[in-house]
Amino acid sequence: MDLSKFRKDFPMLRDGITMQGKPLVWLDNASTTFKPDCVIEAIERYYKHETSNSHRGDYDLAYATDMEILKTREAVAKFIGSKKEEVVFTSGATNSLNLVAFGYGAKYLKSEDEILLTEAEHASNVLPWFKVAEMTGAKIKYIPLTKEGRLLPENLEKVITDHTKIVAVAHITNVLGYQADIKALSAIAHKHGAVLVCDGAQSVPHIKIDVKDLDCDFLAFSGHKLCGPTGIGVLYGKYDLLVKTDPFMTGGGMNARFDMCGDVGFLEPPMRFEAGTLNLAGIYGLHAAIDYLMGIGMDNIEAHERELKAYAVAKLKDYPNVKLYNADSEAGILTFNIDNIFAQDAATYFNSKGIAVRSGQHCAKILTSFLGTLATVRASFYFYTTKEDIDCLVDAIAHSEDYLDAYFI
Amino acid sequence: MPTSFELTPEMMRAIIMDHYSSPRHKHDAEGEGYVSLHSSSVNCIDDIEVYLKLNKEGKVEDACWNGVACAISTASSDIICDLLVGKTEDEAKYLIEQYNHMLHEEPYDAEPLEEALAFKNTSRQAARIHCATIGWDAFNELIKGHKHE
Ligand SMILES: Cc1ncc(COP(=O)(O)O)c(C=O)c1O
Repeated sequence: MDLSKFRKDFPMLRDGITMQGKPLVWLDNASTTFKPDCVIEAIERYYKHETSNSHRGDYDLAYATDMEILKTREAVAKFIGSKKEEVVFTSGATNSLNLVAFGYGAKYLKSEDEILLTEAEHASNVLPWFKVAEMTGAKIKYIPLTKEGRLLPENLEKVITDHTKIVAVAHITNVLGYQADIKALSAIAHKHGAVLVCDGAQSVPHIKIDVKDLDCDFLAFSGHKLCGPTGIGVLYGKYDLLVKTDPFMTGGGMNARFDMCGDVGFLEPPMRFEAGTLNLAGIYGLHAAIDYLMGIGMDNIEAHERELKAYAVAKLKDYPNVKLYNADSEAGILTFNIDNIFAQDAATYFNSKGIAVRSGQHCAKILTSFLGTLATVRASFYFYTTKEDIDCLVDAIAHSEDYLDAYFI
Repeated sequence: MPTSFELTPEMMRAIIMDHYSSPRHKHDAEGEGYVSLHSSSVNCIDDIEVYLKLNKEGKVEDACWNGVACAISTASSDIICDLLVGKTEDEAKYLIEQYNHMLHEEPYDAEPLEEALAFKNTSRQAARIHCATIGWDAFNELIKGHKHE
C-alpha cells in the first residue's frame, strides 16, 4: 500500500517547511510525530465551538464534552482491545508510568520484593521505579539483554523469582527498536505472581496492539507519538488492578464525596485517576488521531516501516564508515554512528542539510555502557516517511567528510 | 570589528579540526595550585572539567580541561586554554567577553580572539552555541571566583 498519499494531510509535510533553508526531512518520529489536519481541526473545534468543562453536565455544551470524552475512551479501547473502563487519560507515557509506579508499586511493594527492568528502558520507565525502590526498600534488578540488545523471555525466566512483583519493560525500545514478546513475558511474570508493566510509547503508534492477547497488566503510551496532541496519553490497566491502584493525584473530578473530617470516597476507575480538568482539547485531538490511524490500518503502517527499514539497512551497507547498531531490530529506527564524527556533530551536520535526527543518549542513559559508545545518532520513521527521505539521509552520510562546514558556510 | 584579514571557511575548518583531533590541553591538572570547575550540558553530551592555575603576579600560568566533548566544545575549550596562558585576570575577562559578543552576533573586538575567530559563524547552528561556550563559561566562572578571593 502506498502511504505517501497521506503526506498531503500534514501541514508540516506539505506547506514547504524548511530547516536551514532546506526542505525539511523529518526523521525524528520516535521523539514526536506530525499532526494531520483532522487532529488540528478537532482541537480547534473544541476551542472554537465546543468549549466547556466536563463532568458538569448542567447544560448542553458540557454534556457534549462529556460525550466526546466517552467516545474517545471507546475509540482508545477499540484501538488497543480493552474495555473503555480500563482507559485512563494521563498527560503522556511518563505520567502513565508514574501512576503505576506510585499508585500501585509504592502501595504494594515490600522491602523483600524485586522490580525487574532492562538496561534499554527509557528514563520514564526507570526513574519512577528507582524512587519506588527508595520508598519501599524493594530492589531493582535487570533482566539481561542479548548482546544485540534484545530482551528474550528465557532471560526473564533466568532472573525472575517469587520475590519479583513488577516486571516493567518497553514493548519496543526507543534507542534500538527491538520488539519484546510481551505475551511470553507476561505469562512468565504471572506464573511468578508479578505484574507486567508494558511501556508502549514506541509500539502503540506503530503496530497493532491487543492488550487481551498481550495479557500485560498495564500499558502506557503518549498521544503525541501517534499523530495526536502533546499533553495527552493513556494508561491502560486491567480493571481489577486499576481498582487496587491508588490515585497519584487527588482533587476535583475524582472523588465521589468528601467531608472536612477527611472522609473521602474515591470514584471508580478510570475517573479516580483523572483529578482536575483534563486536557480536553487533547482528548478531542487524540480521538481524531486514533480514527485517522485506524483508517490507514496499523498493519499497513507496520509493513511500510519494515520496508523502509530494510531499504535503509541495505543502502547503509555501502558505507563502511557507518556503524549501524540495530540492523535487525523490528522498528523503523536506525541507530548509528559515522566513524570519527561525534554523534552531536553528526546531528548538527544533518541539521545543516534540513534533516532532523536525534543525537545523544536518547534518555536511555544506561544503554551507553551496553553499546560501548557514549552517544549515537537516531533516525526514526513513521508511515509518512518516504524512501526519498532515507535517500536524503544516505546522501548526507555520503558527503559527511565535510561535516564541520555546518559551522562555517 | 573587522579583522585585518578574514578567515576563510577552509581556515576555520582547519583550526577546529586541528584542535579537535589533537587537543594540546586536554588532560587533568598535574601538580598543585589549580582551581577547577565541572560543567555539563543538558542539551549536548558534553561533560567536562576545566582547570586553571594563576601565578604570583596573577597571570594565568596554566589552563587545561578534560572530559567528553563534541568537536565544537573540544576545539573551543582547547583554544581558550591556548589563549589564556600568560594573560592577567582582566585580560582574560576581556577575551571571554569579546568571544561571547562574537557568538551572539554583537559588535566585538577581534583583536584578542586569534584562533577563536574560527567560531565566528557558530551562531548559524543556534542549537550548538552552548558547545562553543561550555569551556569558556567555566573558565569565566573560575576567573571571576579568583577575583573575589
Ligand atoms: C520508550 C519510551 N517510553 C517513554 C517515553 C516518554 O514519553 P513522553 O515523553 O511522551 O511521556 C518515551 C518517549 O520518548 C519512550 O520512547
